[in-house]
Amino acid sequence: MIEELRKKAEELLKNGTVKVVFGYGEGSVPERTRPVFITKPEDVNKLTWNKYCVYNLTTYLKRQETRKLGKPALILKGCDARTIIVLLKECQIKREDVYIIGVTCDGVGDPLAEKCKACDVHTPLIYDDLVGEKIENKEIPFEERYAELDEYEKLGEKEKWEFWQKQFEKCIKCYACSNICPLCFCDRCIVEKNQPQWIDPSAHARGNLSWNVTRAYHLAGRCINCEECQRVCPVDIPLNLLNKKLAKEAEKSFDYRPGYNIDDELAMSTYKEDDDEDFFK
Amino acid sequence: MSKAEAKPENQFEPKIIAFLCNWCTYAGADLAGTGRKEYQANVRIIKLPCTGGIDPLFLIKAFERGADGILVSGCHPGDCHYNSGNYHARRRWNVFRPLLEFCGINPDRIQFSWISAAEGGKWVETINGIVDSVRALGPFESYQKLNTIGPEVSGGATDASGETG
Repeated sequence: MIEELRKKAEELLKNGTVKVVFGYGEGSVPERTRPVFITKPEDVNKLTWNKYCVYNLTTYLKRQETRKLGKPALILKGCDARTIIVLLKECQIKREDVYIIGVTCDGVGDPLAEKCKACDVHTPLIYDDLVGEKIENKEIPFEERYAELDEYEKLGEKEKWEFWQKQFEKCIKCYACSNICPLCFCDRCIVEKNQPQWIDPSAHARGNLSWNVTRAYHLAGRCINCEECQRVCPVDIPLNLLNKKLAKEAEKSFDYRPGYNIDDELAMSTYKEDDDEDFFK
Repeated sequence: MSKAEAKPENQFEPKIIAFLCNWCTYAGADLAGTGRKEYQANVRIIKLPCTGGIDPLFLIKAFERGADGILVSGCHPGDCHYNSGNYHARRRWNVFRPLLEFCGINPDRIQFSWISAAEGGKWVETINGIVDSVRALGPFESYQKLNTIGPEVSGGATDASGETG
């Protein structure tokens, strides 16, 4: 599979289809990989593929320094390819401006990443070329997909508050979560705006709560559950629980799952006249 | 603070912030006033053009500045002055409300309603309802006591809740 990837990358670079290939390269230890940006056909041997390729490379589509390299080909797993569908839908990229080398994947991480436990996109839903043997995408029932939330939803109001306060307390406002997120692409984040100052910039409990809630809310109906925010968090806040909760609510209320169907209307930019309003008085 | 003294007992007076749409609920509240209807005076109204323009951060900010409860109210579905603002708002609250609940904020502290310009009576009922339910919950101390470094944003607002009196 690695050979196939390298051959494909070499071919694309040689015939000028793309200017750069975003892929995974070997890390400093065998258990790590790192993103590599291949611009010359002779460098393709730097590409690798193994179960440690957890990162979502689509995040480099929003960065100036990688955008400058020219039209990219991205090596994407099924989950990462869902990001592309959301970005296309939100008019952040054009389909002809990216080349997608899809890879089939039966789970990454060691131990297996949480996101892989209920994966239904082993084979990407969008790609130009597919590398690896096709794996059938099996549908997974609603409850199973959000099973991780059960133990937290069961908690009482006070316990929930205490749990999250303990988590948010650790936040140092480094913004790694939003920097790594492929869907946090605003040039100026709300947290950087100071007239008015909506979110307290210093890392105290009050500001941390509004920051973490706002970050999660801005991904409502958009997050594709790549878990990158949680992975990069230096203080290990389980950020993906918030994302997942919102995904669950969006699916429950609007029957919408981001990144599956390019024809679906975006959940938060549309409405239905019969949307749920039980909580309205 | 003097307000608390006027009450027969030292009961807790919650601070309710109401975000109202200009076209329906604000006019409804106005109607309640011109109709000389009485309701509990715990509500501070913030008039906005449309519920569709209410960012969830408004609600967070209100809590940060010492609100004990929040009401968001606008036109009935189908009656929006801008055609679809309230439908979009409804979508937003459909996900935002469970998120706050997930973080441990009692959903009774944030209430939503549709009140038209003709429903002065419903406005009175809604306000009395939310004031009573938030009073029962008590001051939102867990939020107001959140640690801040530097000057306190909420100023004297939090102290006014005076639980002992």
